[in-house]
Amino acid sequence: MEKKSFFRSESFRSVLASLISIVIGMAVGALIICAVGMTDPSLGASSVGEGIKLVFGGLFSTGRNAQGVLTWGFNSTNIGNMLFRATPLIMTGLSVATAYKTGLFNIGAPGQYLMGTMASLMIALSIPSDKVPPVLIWIIAFAGGTLAGAAWGMISGAMKAFLNINEVIACIMTNWIAANLVTFFFDISNFKNVVENTKSGYIYKTTYNGVATAKLGLDKIFSGSQVNGGIIIAIIIAAGVYILMEKTTLGFQLKACGSNRHAARYAGIKDKRNIVLSMGIAGGLSAAGASLYYLAGNTEFFWSTYQSLPAIGFNGIPVALLALCNPIGVIFAAFFMSMLDICGLQLSNLTAYNEYITNVIIAVIVYLSAFSLFISMLLGKIGKKPETVNANEEKPVINDKTTVAEDAAGKGGNE
Amino acid sequence: MTYIIQQTLLYAIPLMIVALAGVFAERSGIINLALEGIMIFGAFIGVLFVNKMQSAEWVIAAKNAKDWMSLQGLEVMAMATAALCGAIFSLLLSFASINLKADQTIGGTALNLMAPALVLFFIRIIANQNTLQMQTGDAASWFMIKKTTLGFSKTDDLGFLGNTFIHRVYLATYICIIVFIILSVILYKTRFGLRLRSCGENPQASDSLGINVYRMRYAGTTISGALAGMGGFVYALTTANCSANGDVAGFGFLALAVMIFGNWKPLNIAGASLLFGLFKCIAAGYSSIDINGDGIYMLAELGISPHIYRMLPYVITLVVLAFTSSKSRAPKAEGIPYDKGKR
Repeated sequence: MEKKSFFRSESFRSVLASLISIVIGMAVGALIICAVGMTDPSLGASSVGEGIKLVFGGLFSTGRNAQGVLTWGFNSTNIGNMLFRATPLIMTGLSVATAYKTGLFNIGAPGQYLMGTMASLMIALSIPSDKVPPVLIWIIAFAGGTLAGAAWGMISGAMKAFLNINEVIACIMTNWIAANLVTFFFDISNFKNVVENTKSGYIYKTTYNGVATAKLGLDKIFSGSQVNGGIIIAIIIAAGVYILMEKTTLGFQLKACGSNRHAARYAGIKDKRNIVLSMGIAGGLSAAGASLYYLAGNTEFFWSTYQSLPAIGFNGIPVALLALCNPIGVIFAAFFMSMLDICGLQLSNLTAYNEYITNVIIAVIVYLSAFSLFISMLLGKIGKKPETVNANEEKPVINDKTTVAEDAAGKGGNE
Repeated sequence: MTYIIQQTLLYAIPLMIVALAGVFAERSGIINLALEGIMIFGAFIGVLFVNKMQSAEWVIAAKNAKDWMSLQGLEVMAMATAALCGAIFSLLLSFASINLKADQTIGGTALNLMAPALVLFFIRIIANQNTLQMQTGDAASWFMIKKTTLGFSKTDDLGFLGNTFIHRVYLATYICIIVFIILSVILYKTRFGLRLRSCGENPQASDSLGINVYRMRYAGTTISGALAGMGGFVYALTTANCSANGDVAGFGFLALAVMIFGNWKPLNIAGASLLFGLFKCIAAGYSSIDINGDGIYMLAELGISPHIYRMLPYVITLVVLAFTSSKSRAPKAEGIPYDKGKR
């Protein structure tokens, strides 16, 4: 009985819907590789097989051996880098997810990310490390970056709340303003890396001032990778966001504003304050991701960024959607996305294909997740009438899913 | 002055046509957040078409014979191809949001993610680099209309109007203006336009009068896709020297802003995009703008950082929105999937 209710629960179905989207997305990616490989004679049929293998299992690829055959095994560099790349993605994913739960579409994550980058880099590089202990500088820089992003997010929130400007537009405009502002401030600053003249256009690494995120021994487990303690901080923050949204009054108020702003106001909730606050939280989360990424000590920031926005900011959107805006789900979605990222790198290093195929896969998954929300909503309707759920719950999960979905579709048509 | 007007038009025209694309979708009740993605896709298709056609015999012959009419024909064909493929690409959004009643914001975002990924994937395979360019030559030598194209000699003075509007311009700009006017008239003065708009305001009422809401929404989104695809190619042709790199510098999103700014009305949109285009033009060329023709480059001599100028279009948009948005009125039923059973 216990088990049945678990399989019928909404969260189980949501996870199932996401998994199905992932499988279909990967299949589409494989199909595109097949189609390109078959039509382009220079690529050849053998490369198709290699391409598909790398898309699915690139994480465990260890390159090619002397005979030119792909080799497989535990690759600590790949896994460590996956964790490292997942760190900022978790944060931007959380940012978009929190805003989405409160009824706001935070497309401003790139701008907030940039503001966080600027604030934390400037703080980390300007406080003299011979007078202040680096750990303290790290903490100040992290907090400063987060606050800068929160303030930047609040600007869009305030425009939405008080001036009735659509938050999507406000976010897009503030993104580009942030990109120009960041370029402007770094342009007149003296943080530009002039020591290594091969690195034109970059800011100093934070290790220049002795500041770097603690490795916490992770570099020993995953040797040869960039991983550091940031991933643990990101996971803790994700848990914190979960508690904030699900277990506190503030979280409830924010979500209430999201589902119906006017009803929330009628119930005595300050809707305008909450909109500003939720954009502030979202902005702070994005910016914290930027701080974790750039305080790592082994990353460099290209300061002349005014022509493009950071992709990590936008990638928060698919992460959040894939996780159905659940903070804990965001962690796994971010791991999955950064795994695909690594697979893409392996693909372009080892074959004639390139890494953009993994972005196609992500796009397909997001596209499918647009209706998986719809399906899980329909499933929720069905769940309230137990007699309509088919009896054999113990069947393999995929079958169960499809029959229920068809059932649901049939019902929708009849209504 | 000539420089300012030409540059402003260069930025304003793609914005205007893509903002109209947004209007067609939203007036029929579908939020088309995918404008950016469709533009990227259209730009790629148009450039690819030009690139491939450059090895066709009649094109080579036309180029060698300096047969400008045929080359302009090639440009129009590329625009049409981009529009067609943009329309096809937008069907993904229509299908998800009309038939499957999916969340339109997510569907649009998915298309925005898909377009650059697909485009870059193919560009890398076709060109072995991240930018797809024309096979030979550049946009100016192939498609730009100049004095000499029209039979004048290089030394002829065409006067202010002539220098501004028929020297160093693209035919695409004028086609876009004509298309913009025709479609605006269709939206407001025909039965089809009225029906389309009614589906964005009160689809239940439209349905009760025998209008097929689904078909109208498909029509709106498909027109929107075609316009955005065409706008994407026009952007690539006129401002990016006919090259595609999976990026249109956020113009699709800017067009959305222009659409909201223009209050979903074509005339206001034209004004808004001209304003935005003017500031874009100042940002791009402030150092060579000579306002009153006395040889003094005033804006450059003010000594303000170029980044401030680049920020201006966005700041101005926000400021103007802050003053006008209390009056802004979106189509009532936009973003809500039409469900026959609901009331």
